[in-house]
Amino acid sequence: MIHEASFITVAVFGLFVAAVLGLSFYLGRKAKSAKGYYAAHGGVHWFVNGVAFAGDYLSAASFLGICGMIAFYGYDGFLYSIGFLAGWVVALFVVAEPLRRLGKYTFADALDSQFNSRGIKMAAAIATLVVSIFYLIPQMSGAGALVKPLLGFPHAVGVIIVGVVVVTIVVTAGMVSTTWVQFIKGSLLVVFCALLTIAILARGLTIEPAVDGKPVHKMPILSATEAVGNGKVLAENEAWKGKPYVRIDRGGSVEIWRKLDAEGTLLGKAQYLSVVTDPQSGKTMAFANGKPHGLGEGEADLHPVGYLYKLPGGVKETGSVGPLEYFKILQDSEVVLWSNEKIEESNTVSTTVYFPRIVKGQDILSPGSHPTFKGVRSDDFIKKLDFLSLMLALFCGTASLPHILIRYYTVKDQASARKSTVVGIAAIGFFYILTLYLGLGAMTSGTLDPTITNMAAPLLAKSFGALPFAIISAIAFTTVLGTVSGLIMAASGAVAHDIMENVMKIKFTDEGKVRAGKAVAVVVGVIAILLGIAFEKLNVGFLVGWAFNIAASANLPAIVMLLFWKGTTKQGITWSIIVGMVSSLGWILLSEQAFKNVYGYSSADAAASAVVPFSQPGIVTIPLAFIVLVLVSLMTKKKA
Amino acid sequence: MSDDPKPHDREDHPEVITRNSRIGLFLFMIYLAFYAGFMLLSAFNPEAMSKPFLAGVNLAIIYGMALILAALVLAAIYMFMVRSPAAPKKADPGEGI
Repeated sequence: MIHEASFITVAVFGLFVAAVLGLSFYLGRKAKSAKGYYAAHGGVHWFVNGVAFAGDYLSAASFLGICGMIAFYGYDGFLYSIGFLAGWVVALFVVAEPLRRLGKYTFADALDSQFNSRGIKMAAAIATLVVSIFYLIPQMSGAGALVKPLLGFPHAVGVIIVGVVVVTIVVTAGMVSTTWVQFIKGSLLVVFCALLTIAILARGLTIEPAVDGKPVHKMPILSATEAVGNGKVLAENEAWKGKPYVRIDRGGSVEIWRKLDAEGTLLGKAQYLSVVTDPQSGKTMAFANGKPHGLGEGEADLHPVGYLYKLPGGVKETGSVGPLEYFKILQDSEVVLWSNEKIEESNTVSTTVYFPRIVKGQDILSPGSHPTFKGVRSDDFIKKLDFLSLMLALFCGTASLPHILIRYYTVKDQASARKSTVVGIAAIGFFYILTLYLGLGAMTSGTLDPTITNMAAPLLAKSFGALPFAIISAIAFTTVLGTVSGLIMAASGAVAHDIMENVMKIKFTDEGKVRAGKAVAVVVGVIAILLGIAFEKLNVGFLVGWAFNIAASANLPAIVMLLFWKGTTKQGITWSIIVGMVSSLGWILLSEQAFKNVYGYSSADAAASAVVPFSQPGIVTIPLAFIVLVLVSLMTKKKA
Repeated sequence: MSDDPKPHDREDHPEVITRNSRIGLFLFMIYLAFYAGFMLLSAFNPEAMSKPFLAGVNLAIIYGMALILAALVLAAIYMFMVRSPAAPKKADPGEGI
């Protein structure tokens, strides 16, 4: 779909960026020392730090990705919400206080506190860099994808804007400004999503959604005879052979209908985008539903989608509903969900069909609809294991994410670390409960774009008006800023503090150390921009899952064993980090998901080429890193 | 490495550390069991998750929400339990550090 940038969106967006940068410059005057730059002087109030945890953690993947996934597939997105939050329990009960007690600026400090080993610092710093980069790519690319429809800039410009703004935030005042940006973003996100949820419940569910008082155009679902009418059914030739579509010629324009039952007695009108390549000039033309793709006279664009097919008891609308009643009604309803399929009609014509499916509410509200999670509804044990592996990685990964770990050094003591974690859990948990309402609200809002799942949350806001849309879009953008600045801070600390100062033993003055950190932040920012541009075409949601897998495999065993096993040696820690990182990374690069999404294989080829039995490594590589740590520690133990 | 960011407060007392980490581990185990239950049920008995469970809402939603709320409740319990600085040493918090 073509989204036009409105003045109000650009204005709100500009205001947000100006406010964030202004704050950074203001704070920048006060953060001159190394302790100020890397740990905000250790003087952040626990409540501010707690909300900043939320601002740090609730990334674009959480907000846009989860809402989009729920809007298009139902419950499965909420599994991420559950796993992402559960990880905080590990953080609070197991790692928060000891890490605060043992470290100074970075996670490597804490691991190395008893050993003074270069190996540990090097391994921990590299693990931090690898995880940060994996986490940065989806954030940057997501920012580009967001800016494109919202502000009308090309993808690369969006990525560059984010990169420049974030580097400016980090370079002006390091952890001080990063903390405040995250605090503001965390508060805005939670407050506005709560307001949106109230609006969703007040509106209730209807089978005829309206936007700005105008009823939404619904794609018809009719019996085959009604659908065909006086049109002519085209033969299922070539690429269309055996596909569940009926193509109807209506004197010049062609309609594509999807068979909604096995016999083809019920048809749903689909939408399609075709790209036609001129064989001589190589130029391409885009068509939407058979007309030139555009918003002008004689042109066409896809219609927004997202509506209920049937409400229980045959009513048309429910009026306002309670929070649990909302699920109960949806469970007994039927919803029209949209998927897509690419069909290469010929060498020169490539068509993507966006087709409706009627799905029962009870299927939408239980696990197993999304491709990543469909394993839970199959009988294949390996696929179930893949699901459990991902959920384990989410559980163990949070407490090992570098940008989360550094936030334990910004408060004054362990009690503050603990209190701010509890505030973080409250804010994040509340937000994740809201994601279910936001996603399902978007599913039935009548404003979904069938081509971009990540736009679901802003478009949901659009169904309530132009101003909510502008605000939610701007918040989504600051979401990216908050998380990316945290990641760049973590990477900057890993390189300047751990590698340059502690491993390479470069002697810095306090000022020199800040300068080194800032220089590293600029370099990492440039790398992030380049990667964000390079990975435009990639569906990047799964990268976050990978980052959790790597973080959990590399960092968690080392942290946990250091805290709870006296026999841990420095070699044990070093090797556990290296083996955890390399094995999980290697596993990921040889998985079906990588073959399909990164190397561009078709689904069937990817399944055949994959070397490892399932895509998520955590269930194998986390225990492996534990075993390596124990074995190496036993071998290198000093004789008493 | 000149400035040490860690004030030596009573939370650094070894007995407090041991007690807190024991409480933390205990609450962690409770949550782990609760989380594992959800995942195993989703993986091996997905039908059960789609059946109405409470107030007409299915188990998947109730259990999922409960997992989120449980994290908060356990966090609050933890805060409450570690709040008082080590009962036995209360009389003289500076002793033995």
